[in-house]
Amino acid sequence: MNIGMKNDISMKVKNQNSIVDRFLRRLQENWRSIVIIIPFVWLLMFFLFPFFIVAKISLAEIKIASPPFTSMVEWADGGIMTIRIVFDNFLYIINDSLYINTYLNSVKIASTATVISLLLGYPIAYGIVRSGPIAKPILLFMVILPFWTSFLLRVYAWMGLLADQGTINSLLIALGFINEPIQMLYSEFAVYIGIVYTYLPFMILPLYANMEKLDSSLNEAAADLGSKPTNTFFKVTLPLTMPGVIAGSLLVFIPASGEYVIPDLLGGGNVQMIGRVLFNEFSRNTDWPVASAVAIAMLFLLVFPIIIFQYYQGKAAEGN
Amino acid sequence: MYGKRSKFLTVMLTIGMAFFYIPIILLVDSFNYSKLVLVWGGWSTRWYKVLFESEEVWAAVNMSLKIALVNATFATILGMLAALSMVRFGKFRGRTLFGGMLVAPLVMPEVITGLSLLVMFITLKQFFGWPENRGFATITIAHITFSMAYVAVTIQARLTGMGQSLEEAAADLGAKPFKVLTAITMPRLTPALISGWLLAFTLSLDDLVIASFVSGPGANTLPILIFSRIRLGLRPDINALATIIILVVAVCIAIAALIMFRQQKRDMLDQQLAEGEK
Repeated sequence: MNIGMKNDISMKVKNQNSIVDRFLRRLQENWRSIVIIIPFVWLLMFFLFPFFIVAKISLAEIKIASPPFTSMVEWADGGIMTIRIVFDNFLYIINDSLYINTYLNSVKIASTATVISLLLGYPIAYGIVRSGPIAKPILLFMVILPFWTSFLLRVYAWMGLLADQGTINSLLIALGFINEPIQMLYSEFAVYIGIVYTYLPFMILPLYANMEKLDSSLNEAAADLGSKPTNTFFKVTLPLTMPGVIAGSLLVFIPASGEYVIPDLLGGGNVQMIGRVLFNEFSRNTDWPVASAVAIAMLFLLVFPIIIFQYYQGKAAEGN
Repeated sequence: MYGKRSKFLTVMLTIGMAFFYIPIILLVDSFNYSKLVLVWGGWSTRWYKVLFESEEVWAAVNMSLKIALVNATFATILGMLAALSMVRFGKFRGRTLFGGMLVAPLVMPEVITGLSLLVMFITLKQFFGWPENRGFATITIAHITFSMAYVAVTIQARLTGMGQSLEEAAADLGAKPFKVLTAITMPRLTPALISGWLLAFTLSLDDLVIASFVSGPGANTLPILIFSRIRLGLRPDINALATIIILVVAVCIAIAALIMFRQQKRDMLDQQLAEGEK
């Protein structure tokens, strides 16, 4: 009896040991899966899953309650399930000219700002690539540096520059160019400046990365064969830097079209952009179903550029 | 690719740098006594006093720093795991989805991310009773989700950049994969981990839109506070705050640059040794 119990205990200890052992061995063998699963699950939960909820709410109706929308699935007495899907919110967006106009205006502002950033960013990136070994890292560092200071304060700085009594107007009046201040703040012009100022580094960096890999012997070969520098630029350099042009343009266009802070602070009430409408729909009108529908519509606008961006991102990663 | 820089390029570089830095320099005019930001009223530290005596500002600074610290730490761990999975583990099921979800936050408009996270937190509360109040926890979770993508990109670049020659050498000498990871890969990743951490920290301190969505009433971060004040126009106390923030950032960047520079030098030596003995 006694001996049996002892055996029993020692068996148990042995078993426990082997369970711990087995667990540790499993951990050592499968540590790769664990490494993958942790960030994977996080992104599924907090990135992908929320989008499904937004899609669901966009198909609901507004209700005076908390949360302020009807539920899709309802259980009636006797266990009968009803599913309600309402497309009214999308019809409402399509039929209301405010949304269509805001939508088109955002695309116009974002694409114009992208072109301006490209025209400014391309020569800057090329200038950095062509700089000497000491100047190059310093210039590159100077492009990245503004990114580390507060975005909000950089936009605020332009409020001070562009205001009626601001630095630029005071300077122009003092120099005698104008008598009355020009209204620059709270206009589309100010929004363009804000977007270009904020997103220019996002244009320069991919362009720089692309140009840095170019082989300068190609340019020399073109020159040896009698090509003029402008001709070489358009026939050799520009085509080879197209991946950088596309990546930079998308990195400016996508976030700019959804921008909220810049149109709000620099555009005032005069410039309507979709991000601002979404924010206001949500916080002031608390019309969640319509706000969700706007978000889904915005995603459709951006899904194509995002896919192109990821495709190039993937190609660039493989190229390394 | 070095080469001659034409006059046109030099002019464009100068314009570009002036465009970047003149607004930032002009922001640092906070020692002005006048209540009107743009009218000079003599030297004064008046607005610093206003700033430091405001309890609201201190509460927001405290909140923002706490969120940024927790966020940076978790985002670095998750970003590192994600980068290792993408670069060093070859093919696995769901890799395309994983890679997509990892890059998407970089380009997703903030209003959409913010909206969807808020809606998710409200749904969670409906079903599980958590989170009861939106504030520290919800903002931190939201920040980790988008900053881990930035960290992952930084670390991925470093992983592909540093090649596998040292890892292969260790494996040839009989080190198991897990040992190679902890003894070779991780130490060499340190500079990328530090810069990833700093990046996540500043991203969190900088975020306004997502934090506005997922914070509840009364839970203010510093950007939310600044935004609510500058919406109504220029404010001298905000200029004082801007001056402090820019100085702090400048000091941090100088330290980070120094660390990275030293690490890079040491790393080049390691690389040369490894490749020399091949």
